Amino acid sequence: MKWFLTLLMALTMFAAPVAAQSPGPLRIEIDEGVIEPLPYAVPDFVADSGTAAELGRNIARVIAADLTGTGLFRELPKEAFISQITSFSSPVQFADWKAINAQALITGGVSVDAAGKLVVRFRVYDVFAGQELGQGLQLVGTQEGWRRMAHKVADQVYSRITGEGGYFDSRVVFVAESGPKDNRAKRLAIMDYDGANVKYLTDSSAIVLAPRFSPTGDRILYTSYETGEPRIYVLDIASVGRRVLESQAGTMSFAPRFGPDGQTVIYSQTAGGNTDLFSMNIGSGASTRLTNAPSIETAPSFSPDGSQIVFESDRSGTPQLYVMSSRGGEARRISFGQGRYGTPVWSPRGDLVAFTKQSKGRFHIGVMRLDGSEERLLTASFLDEGPTWAPNGRVIMFTRETQGASGRASLYSVDISGRNLKPVQTETGASDPAWSPLQN
Amino acid sequence: MNTGQIISGAGHLALIGWALFGGVFKSEPLPFEVTEVTAISGEEFAALLARQEAPETVVDVATPQPPEEDSAPDLGSAADAQPELTKPEVADTPPPDERPDVSELAPPAEAEVSDEAPELTPPSEDVAILVPDTAPEAKPQDADRVAPEPVAQPEPDVKVDDVVQPETVPDEAAETPREETDATAPEEATTEIVTEAEEPAQTAVTSSLRPKTRPARPEPEEPTETAQTTPEDETPNTDESSVNDALVEALGGGETGQAAPSGPPLTRGEKDALRVAVQQCWNVGSLSTDALQVTVVVGVKLDETGKPTSIKQLDATGGSGSAVSKAYEAARRAVLRCGAKGFDLPRDKYDHWRDIEMTFNPEKMRIK
Repeated sequence: MKWFLTLLMALTMFAAPVAAQSPGPLRIEIDEGVIEPLPYAVPDFVADSGTAAELGRNIARVIAADLTGTGLFRELPKEAFISQITSFSSPVQFADWKAINAQALITGGVSVDAAGKLVVRFRVYDVFAGQELGQGLQLVGTQEGWRRMAHKVADQVYSRITGEGGYFDSRVVFVAESGPKDNRAKRLAIMDYDGANVKYLTDSSAIVLAPRFSPTGDRILYTSYETGEPRIYVLDIASVGRRVLESQAGTMSFAPRFGPDGQTVIYSQTAGGNTDLFSMNIGSGASTRLTNAPSIETAPSFSPDGSQIVFESDRSGTPQLYVMSSRGGEARRISFGQGRYGTPVWSPRGDLVAFTKQSKGRFHIGVMRLDGSEERLLTASFLDEGPTWAPNGRVIMFTRETQGASGRASLYSVDISGRNLKPVQTETGASDPAWSPLQN
Repeated sequence: MNTGQIISGAGHLALIGWALFGGVFKSEPLPFEVTEVTAISGEEFAALLARQEAPETVVDVATPQPPEEDSAPDLGSAADAQPELTKPEVADTPPPDERPDVSELAPPAEAEVSDEAPELTPPSEDVAILVPDTAPEAKPQDADRVAPEPVAQPEPDVKVDDVVQPETVPDEAAETPREETDATAPEEATTEIVTEAEEPAQTAVTSSLRPKTRPARPEPEEPTETAQTTPEDETPNTDESSVNDALVEALGGGETGQAAPSGPPLTRGEKDALRVAVQQCWNVGSLSTDALQVTVVVGVKLDETGKPTSIKQLDATGGSGSAVSKAYEAARRAVLRCGAKGFDLPRDKYDHWRDIEMTFNPEKMRIK
């Protein structure tokens, strides 16, 4: 036994150094990185005919405008390309794209089938990994709808790289403004999110305010002074037909917003000089009082699940933000910073509230969590107001008005991080934007 | 075999033989403490206890006698002598000061006071005074790129590259022709996102109207004295010093966590250099908020030139599904991009860095 133990110890003495020649892996922690636009390349989509060639070029340009417009991506110029994409099916020369630091590559093909339908195919590559991100996809639509198909491709690319939904195939309803400030004509208009395809939904005979999309994007609630008093209307976008929602005589109704079920509408109603919140079933017309306070309660907005609402009230002396059950009850104040808070809108992700803040003579668009924490002011100007969320909850659009008698209202968008603040191009002055959900 | 190997082999054999047969491993009894005990009978034990009973009280004890009173020592002492007191000398009184001659001083002239109200000249209205320029707080500049270290905007003609390099032009006079290269510099970067609300206000008031002053009631002049007022330094006491927070991590000694026979392990400085190289390529700007919650551990194998040969996801916490997938892809891009030319690692320590576990923790990157 003693000899066995002696031998075992001797073997251990020799074996230990041999084992030490295979050390464990080196471990490092990376806890800081960079935030910069991701470089990508999108060559013209390859076409099988002359007609499709122009569409291929245009589709690639719209995709590039969508992606670059987010501020998260940077397009590499065509002049930098080393290799060209001449066939949708050909293998990609990753080394050529690595050499110009293209981290993502989008290739596509365009064709027109026998029925005159436009067929768009595309693939997304992670260049440095030499792999395709997701699988190739094919879309079929009308040739007139090429812009929507381009937006859909861009949504897919955005989603495959960032991991969250896109917002490019969406629309914005807003109030188009024209004329001098003291006699401004206002009418409802709808456009693609990037300002293309503007259509007017009402004439300018009556002042219109605060249009809001239904959850399915097919109807719009808005306030009109058509009868001299503010009344809430619901408008069907496809037929442009509209009807007024029932209201009690001698009252004014405004600031409507759809609930997530598409049937419930919450709004403000003023009677006898007092303004409170009400809820109405849009089918039956039955309304329910949600608040009963001597203060002004307005600008309600549903949580994504419909269980709560956030609204503006001056019950504490200055306009502040409150949250309460969508059936009414006790409200909880969530804004405590200096200044006046208004027009809160619940994020489609449910985690943030966007709002307008007036402080020290300036207006801001900001975001905060539902408990009032992590307030972050994203903008500052003479007049910023009326935020609306992109369908993915990453971008906010709002109204910015310039100072003076010649001041003009226009639309701006900003990322929730505060980056990428930029104007949205519109033909006329524009205010009161409302972002639609993603289209089907 | 060479002589060295023979000597080494013989030496090792001798050492092993001595260890095995020389008694090195011979067992010796371990030292231990011994206490002797004795067994005793019940009677002896009872006898021992009996001896421990209380002793009998002894009454006849000699009491010590107190000392006699006369034996106390004499503690008397002689009375102190009266000290002599000497009266101090009285100092001579100084002569009184001479009365100053005031005959040459002229009496003050009487002030002329009239009943007419003095004519006041108020300052011109609407005179703007500029708010003193105070240095704004040092804030990060706005830039497209957010990085751990700020980088100033390069000159317009300078190409963006990771290394700083001046422009070189061919020198025809030189013996060896010099290659023409463009000037390069890193891309402009800031350390955090600066929103419009955090930028200095363009519309902020920089001047204000001077308030109208209330005319002071005229007072008679003091004829003989003129007040000398010292203007106070009204420069605002603004702390304009900006603090440079450049933090330099001290390079430490060798790591002790791993044991390896082939040379010392990577120093902390070498590990930091690798970490910095990877983080410069870890771009989280295009990640979703969900993906930014995911900490992903990536296993990387490197060849001897420092180039990645395989990358795989080992672990992920803080998310699931698409978020984990996108977090891993961003980490993979970082390793592949910055390792494309090979990480700068000491070749002689290859055993220590051939396998690396990189943990990508985006906690600090969520709000920048």
